Amino acid sequence: MDLPVWQALYEELKGHGFVVITVALDKSADDARPWIEAARPAHPSLIDTRHVLADLYNIVNVPTVLWIDAQGRIVRPNDVTFATDTFKHVTGLESARPLAAIRAWARGETSALPTEDARRLQTLPSASDQQARAEFGLGQWLWERGQRDAAERHFVRAGELAPHDFTIRRGTMPMRGIDPMGPEFRRMLQAWKDAGQPYYRPLPDLPG
Amino acid sequence: MLTLLDAGRPVDVAARTDGERVTIPAGDVERALGWTLTPEGLCGEGVCIPLPAGSSVGPDGLDLATLAQALDRPLALDTKAGAAYLGGATGERRRVLRSLHAPDFTLPDLEGRLHSLSDHRGKKVLLVAYASW
Repeated sequence: MDLPVWQALYEELKGHGFVVITVALDKSADDARPWIEAARPAHPSLIDTRHVLADLYNIVNVPTVLWIDAQGRIVRPNDVTFATDTFKHVTGLESARPLAAIRAWARGETSALPTEDARRLQTLPSASDQQARAEFGLGQWLWERGQRDAAERHFVRAGELAPHDFTIRRGTMPMRGIDPMGPEFRRMLQAWKDAGQPYYRPLPDLPG
Repeated sequence: MLTLLDAGRPVDVAARTDGERVTIPAGDVERALGWTLTPEGLCGEGVCIPLPAGSSVGPDGLDLATLAQALDRPLALDTKAGAAYLGGATGERRRVLRSLHAPDFTLPDLEGRLHSLSDHRGKKVLLVAYASW
């Protein structure tokens, strides 16, 4: 789990006017609690059961990292960034380069992306993505009220509308009694790889 | 009775359901969403949004699908469960992200204390979305 690394990075760089905000897209605070308590973050460590962040930032998988400058501007859009090499054997992604780039940006040694590059690398939500998020929102509300059958209808519809959205398809598995590491997840992962890893990919050019 | 969730915020409204068609009284539309139903359409905060061509307000109020269409918001509806969810407008979401102004949000930590992105204006923020699944 990456949380202890994000906490260490925060401690290392906070003197430079830098903060880390971690947000758990989990069905309950208790799902994230053991990971958070083990990492003991001194930075804001938040819980987002309703996927408010995914909706506002068009986040379709985790981990997703954004850089926001001191004026509140997105200077590096949604990027898949791991803080450890735990899943390198699956993803092929190393953590050393992105961590070095974050350090250089936080210390002011490099600027982030120019506006046009940041825009070019953004992925914007489609009407179908937003419909899927509304179906998820209804399903999640019904699930919290114990209306599991009704919730299931909307989780399934949400997944059909946004088949590439892991926060919906994989994120609802724990609510639907499906193993999020099991065969259904592996099929989704393979389909995403076969399609050329769209939507959720490391950005091509890391500064620094 | 229907629970109308305005991006997650629930308001119970009087609703008349006929198959998949749900009609909501004008007063409840205003109470739930802040929009006043007038001959010009849906009005609020100095702007009026016309209703889609061909739609009309009946004696029971406004059709929920027409309301969602006028507001350009996705609607998820479950008449059996008596709940509906109005989500984030695609056009609005795209416009805000395109501007590169990071949208503000307020979320709780493990202790229930609320934190906003805007609390950290003046600092560089590394925003990390993760999950236990």
